[in-house]
Parts: sequence; C-alpha cells; structure tokens
Amino acid sequence: MADIDLEKRFDIHEIAKNKLAEIEKFVCNIYCCHSTGCKSSGSDDILELIKNIVSEHQLEDKVRVVATGCMGLCAQGPLIRVEVGGQKDVLFKRVNLDAVKDIMLKYVIPALKAQGTQKIPADLERYMLSLELPFFTKQEKVVLKNAGHMDPEDIAEYIARGGYLALEKALKTMTPAQVVDEIKRSGLRGRGGGGFSTGMKWELAAKVPTVDEKFIICNGDEGDPGAYMDRSILEGDPHAVIEGMMIAAYAIGATEGWFYVRAEYPLAVERLEKAIKACKKNRLLGNNIMGTDFCFNVDIRLGAGAFVCGEETALIHSIEGARGTPRPRPPYPTNKGLWEKPSCVNNVETLANVSKIMLKGADWFASFGTETSKGTKVFALTGQVEHSGLIEVPMGTTINEIVNEIGGGVPTGKHLKAVQTGGPSGGVIPKEYMNMPVCYEELKKVGSIMGSGGMIVIDDSSDMVSLAKFYLDFTVDESCGKCAPCRIGGRQMLALLDKINRGKGKKKDLELLKKIAFAMQKASLCGLGQTAPNPVLSTLKFYENEYITKLVDGNLKDEEN
Amino acid sequence: MADTSQAAQAATKWRKKRGSLIMALHEIQDVKGYVDWQDAVDLAKGMNIPLARIYEVLTFYNFFKLKAPGKAVISVCTGTACYLKGNDKVLEKFKSELGINEGESTKDGLFHLQCVRCVGCCGLAPVCVVNGKTYGRMTPENVPEILNEWREAFKED
Repeated sequence: MADIDLEKRFDIHEIAKNKLAEIEKFVCNIYCCHSTGCKSSGSDDILELIKNIVSEHQLEDKVRVVATGCMGLCAQGPLIRVEVGGQKDVLFKRVNLDAVKDIMLKYVIPALKAQGTQKIPADLERYMLSLELPFFTKQEKVVLKNAGHMDPEDIAEYIARGGYLALEKALKTMTPAQVVDEIKRSGLRGRGGGGFSTGMKWELAAKVPTVDEKFIICNGDEGDPGAYMDRSILEGDPHAVIEGMMIAAYAIGATEGWFYVRAEYPLAVERLEKAIKACKKNRLLGNNIMGTDFCFNVDIRLGAGAFVCGEETALIHSIEGARGTPRPRPPYPTNKGLWEKPSCVNNVETLANVSKIMLKGADWFASFGTETSKGTKVFALTGQVEHSGLIEVPMGTTINEIVNEIGGGVPTGKHLKAVQTGGPSGGVIPKEYMNMPVCYEELKKVGSIMGSGGMIVIDDSSDMVSLAKFYLDFTVDESCGKCAPCRIGGRQMLALLDKINRGKGKKKDLELLKKIAFAMQKASLCGLGQTAPNPVLSTLKFYENEYITKLVDGNLKDEEN
Repeated sequence: MADTSQAAQAATKWRKKRGSLIMALHEIQDVKGYVDWQDAVDLAKGMNIPLARIYEVLTFYNFFKLKAPGKAVISVCTGTACYLKGNDKVLEKFKSELGINEGESTKDGLFHLQCVRCVGCCGLAPVCVVNGKTYGRMTPENVPEILNEWREAFKED
C-alpha cells in the first residue's frame, strides 16, 4: 500500500531543489579532504581552524566549508580545494595550520572582495598543486564522481547531485527484469576481483524464488594489503553504495541487505551507519519506499581481521557469527547463502557503479573500456611512485599511462622494475609489459589478476624473491586451515622460499615449488588457496634469475649436481 | 564487577538480533580493550550460545585480544606499500627500544607492540598507528620520539 502523504513529505526532487538553492547562495566553497589518509595528516584541526576563521570574520553566509571524502592524492595530504566566485579552483597540498591561516587571510578573504582578480600570494605558491596535472586530467571519475566534492554525511547533498534518482527510475518505471537486463547489457563485472558478470549473477539470484527471505550482501571486507578503494568509496560516497544495493535488491527480489565491512575501517563504518540512519529517517529504507510496494532494510556487520572472509562463503559464515571458513560451492550463495537462504554477494565498487548505469544507461557505461571489460576501475596506486593515491581510469588504460602519466613515474634516482596487481592473489607485471591495457583478460594472460584494485609500483631496489615471500607469508598466516592443500602447501612453499633466501636452496627446490603450487591451485577449497601461489609463480616466470643467483648450486650445470 | 556487566550488557543488546556474536564481541573489546575468558563465559550465558562456539570464534579472528594490552597499542603497518618503503626497519627499532617482540606488552604495561595488515593510508607509507593516532612517513629515527611523546602523555594522567 502506497502511503501518499509520506511520499509527499519526502520528495527527492524537492530536497534537491532546496539544497541546490541553499548551495547557490554561497560565493565561496572550501572543500577539506576528510578521509582516513588526510585525517591521519591532521585534517581535523585544519577543518576546525577554517570554520573558526570563517565565523570570526562573520562569513558564514558567504563561505561554505565542506568536509569531503577522498580527493585522491593521498601522498600530498592534507588537501584543501578553494572555489571562490569568479576565480579558478585552487588546490592546496600538504597544508598545516599556519598555511591554512595564510590561505584564508591572504587569499580567500581578499578574493571575496576582489571579484575574480585576486592573485595567490607568492609565499603560498609552494602549497599549490596544479589541477592541470595528468593525475587529475587523465582520470575518468564515475564511481568517485562525488568523493571529494560533497559532504558524505549529508543525504541532501547526495540527492542534490542526482542521488536516489536512479532508484526512483528503477522503482517507478522499470520491472525488476528490466533492471537486470540493463545491468547485464552494460557489461559490468564484479569489481572485487573475480570479474563475474554482475547482471548474470543478478539474473541467477532473481530466478530463485523468494520463499520467505532473500538477501543482498555487500562485501566490504577489503583485506588486500595496499588497497583501499572500497574504504574510500564508503567514506566518500556511502549513499551511492546503499542506492546500488537497493536497486540490486529490487532487481533480485531481496528482502534484506547486509553490509560486511572490515572493523579496521572505523570511519567508513561510521559514515555508512550515518547514511543508513538518514535513509531510514527519510523513509528511503523501510516499508513502501518512495510510495511503491518495495520494502527493504539493511544492517551492518563487522569483520574482525580475517582476510579469508573476503571469500563469499566465508563471509557468510562470519555474518552468521561463526569462524570465517569457506565451504565448497555449489551450492552457490545465490541458491543457498546466508542462513541457507538465497543470497547475492556484490562488492562495494560494483554496487557503487549501479546507480550511474541506471541513470545514464547501459550503452553509456559500455562506451568506456575494452571489448570484454567495460566501465572504469578504481585503483589504489601505491609503492614507489611519485603521486601515490586513489585513481579511477577507464578499463583498457595502459599501465604506462597509469604509472608514468597519472602517477608521475618512479621518484628520481630510481627505476621502474615492475607493477604488482591483485595483492597476495596476483602477480607481477615486468616493465616490458608496460603498454599492456589494464583489463581482466590481459592481466590474466601474464599471470596476474585484476584483483580488487591494488596497484603497487616496484623499483629496481626490490628483490623479487623477498617480495614473493612477503605475499606468501601473508596468505599462510591468513589461511583458515580448513583444507590441506592450502594449510600444508602454503607452509611448505614458505619454508622453501625461506631456504632459498638464506642461500641454502638448490635447483630442485624450484621444481618442488612449482609442483606444490600446481597442487594448491588445483585442490584448494577457495580462492585464497587457489591463488596463493601466484606471486611465487609469477616472479619465478619473469625473474627466475633472481632465484637462481640465490641457490647453492645456481651457477653449476645440471650434470655437475 | 564492571567487566562482567560489560559482557552482560552486550548480550542483552545483541541477543535478539541475527548474526550478532561478532558484533557483541566487538562491543566488549571496544570498551575493555580485550575479551577474556570470563567475558566469554558471561556472553555464553547471556546470549545462550555454547561457550565452545564463542571461544572458537574469539580465537579465529585476530582482531580480538584475549589479554589486556598495554596502555598504548602500537600498530606497525605491514601492508605492501609500507613493506616496500622499509617498515620492517621501523618495527625492528620499536622492538629494540621496547625490548619486546611483536604481540607482546612491556612489563610496565605502557606499550603493546603489534603488526597490522594495511591500515589504508598507503600514500603516507610507512605508517604506524598508536592508539588511533597515525604517524606517516616513518623512519627508525622517529621511534624514540614517538615513544617519549606517549610516555609524557601518560605522566600527565
């Protein structure tokens, strides 16, 4: 039953109109990056100082101070962006309290009077970061469109930027089957690393009849070391993920949604909680959403530091309050998932793409990317690279463009050796392959994977055997111990690597490594064990020499053995 | 009996909700800093879950601590970016300065040293976190400075 009164009280178009009118009144916007990275460098104090200066000078009706999600260039934080009417946007990097005071008193306040002619004082130039840098101009922001441009804790601002319009379109003008079809046609594939077609997953989930309950689960257990895409999305634009989940729920007929987020991400959890509360208050969650028959509720469950819980069946066990161990599939969660009920598990970034596809259409989304990998991908670009941070590029962008143009290359004095993608489940891509386009298939061809989006730049000072050991150390530690190939195989491989690293290894150990790796890939129960040997195999493939020089008999010919 | 009531409170809050054991454990640890045997016993009673089930969950997830950590918990990030930028040397410095290994606390109960997987501030690598405060671009030389900062802070208490 549609409740017409309540629908009238909460009209997203009305909210958008009011918020836009409110924003328009301000002549100056100051955006302060307020995500984990910049908060770590002191953005809380900076935000407070700016607010104090604004109120001291009684500028509250002219200057709007916005605490935003991640602006991307984390290595240069804290970042603030200033928009003063008539002037070009200015981005300031690595600001401290003194710098902020100067920026406010010597630039912002004079600029308010100068009407577009205020110059930046010379002593502030060292804090400026050009918005013309390839880091900004070469990116294509779809998922990260809002992050860094709005207050993630204000639902009205999300709505003013087109939020929940996609949900309205889906609920009021489309059937669930049409929604599934749209996502299927867009070519969206799972952004958690597997790359399974999202539309197809939804189709399978929709086909299973809803007897009493069906669940949609958002996988926010981003355990891959060196990756923080999902955290930044949840921190910078939590409503986009909620909206995506609601559209998914409508499409597959889910009755309840669950967010599973790492406990190590307190800020992301807090922002998500606030966003859910705002949705409930505004009747975007609950019964008869937007006056339709669609009823849906969500809840959050926290992880507790187990990497294996990123695997969907382990994640489901963890929500149920048990040890996070995987189980054999089939049955797939779409048939038997959480509490044995049909459940569809989607990654944070996947869900964040959904509302954009619904609004702009499958064809628009499919216009980005390659033949088989559509849309954009968010990467956490880290390691030995000048502009370390969060980036979003169309699929098919080459690694060279990402590392050398957007990332600004390796710091001077060092040389690029390789790029690692897919974290502990992925592999290395040597510099000879730098012109390779980034997409699911190409990465697989060289023995790596897309993964969730960690991209780590390695320079020539790094030793590949140690790097492989670093990753294997991680997976051995995180193995849940349920199946023998992963529990025992991982440990044996690690012992061999250790032996080689101590200069005690022999040629036959390399053969043994490959043998165990093969057994683990074929026989492990879940993705963790199946992919754990990848870092070793891929470094062996491209940098076998580094292994051989460490062997006791590395320089001997076979017959001398 | 403040500690027992903490587990009992968590049990009351989460008992009727589904999939809530881990949430109840988080709630106890958020307040106390750890979850010990007595908490597990109280929680088992309060939530009507077998103790064995609670203990297997408690010991499976490495986020949960079974013993009281030191007043200042030092988390050294061992994510890939921090590894590449030499956080192992920072960890060694912490170990030698404090005379403890990772996973241990100092005898005076002031410091607890632990390694954590990626804290997600890779742009600031190498990173350490002490009681929620993040220190970026670490070098072994910064270590004594940070320890002194916290020793001073505890003196004031």
